[in-house]
Amino acid sequence: MSIDSVFVHKMWNDNELSKMVDGGVPFPMLSDAGGKVGTLFGVYDDDAGVETRGRFIIDPDGVVQGFEVLTPPVGRNISESLRQIQAFQLVRESKGTEATPSGWKPGKMTLKPGVDLVGNVWKEWKTSMAFD
Amino acid sequence: MPEDFKPGCARPTGGPAGETVSEKGRVVESKPEETKTMIKVGKKAPDFSAPAYLNGKFVNINLSEYLGKWVVLCFYPGDFTFV
Repeated sequence: MSIDSVFVHKMWNDNELSKMVDGGVPFPMLSDAGGKVGTLFGVYDDDAGVETRGRFIIDPDGVVQGFEVLTPPVGRNISESLRQIQAFQLVRESKGTEATPSGWKPGKMTLKPGVDLVGNVWKEWKTSMAFD
Repeated sequence: MPEDFKPGCARPTGGPAGETVSEKGRVVESKPEETKTMIKVGKKAPDFSAPAYLNGKFVNINLSEYLGKWVVLCFYPGDFTFV
């Protein structure tokens, strides 16, 4: 979503993005002229008249699980967004019985919060696991 | 002569030029301080409706149409920006 019109979205997709992604952008390119939706989400910059780089993860109940907002010159990290979605999906499927510690990615151990785990995380999870 | 400018990642914008217009005689409206609150995690995302370009068509999209699915909503400064 940006403040550009759907006509400009079409031009960008047809003339540039479709050369990067086969078949073009497969999801809706949303238009937010005036920044009303961006304002609602707290990412519209009145001074510049544009949206900043905001990314929101919204679950199947419509609940915001996470967001990240960057200023224009720095791009996002798609792998990190996917990792977060996979983590939120795992937590949701476990109905909150599992949690994903720092550095978690698919295949790595989760934690099962409970009385026995209090004060004992150090036995199950090592600091190095945050970095590998 | 128009001067060249180097395009950056912020959309180039204009504004008033020349002498500063005197504020005398103009009623300066005091804007009520807008209470802008950031989205909160763990709370419902505000629903919205917006026009979109999708697979060669112009369509209207409501966020609420996506209930039951995971959604990644991305904002960016503008089409044809570089990053």
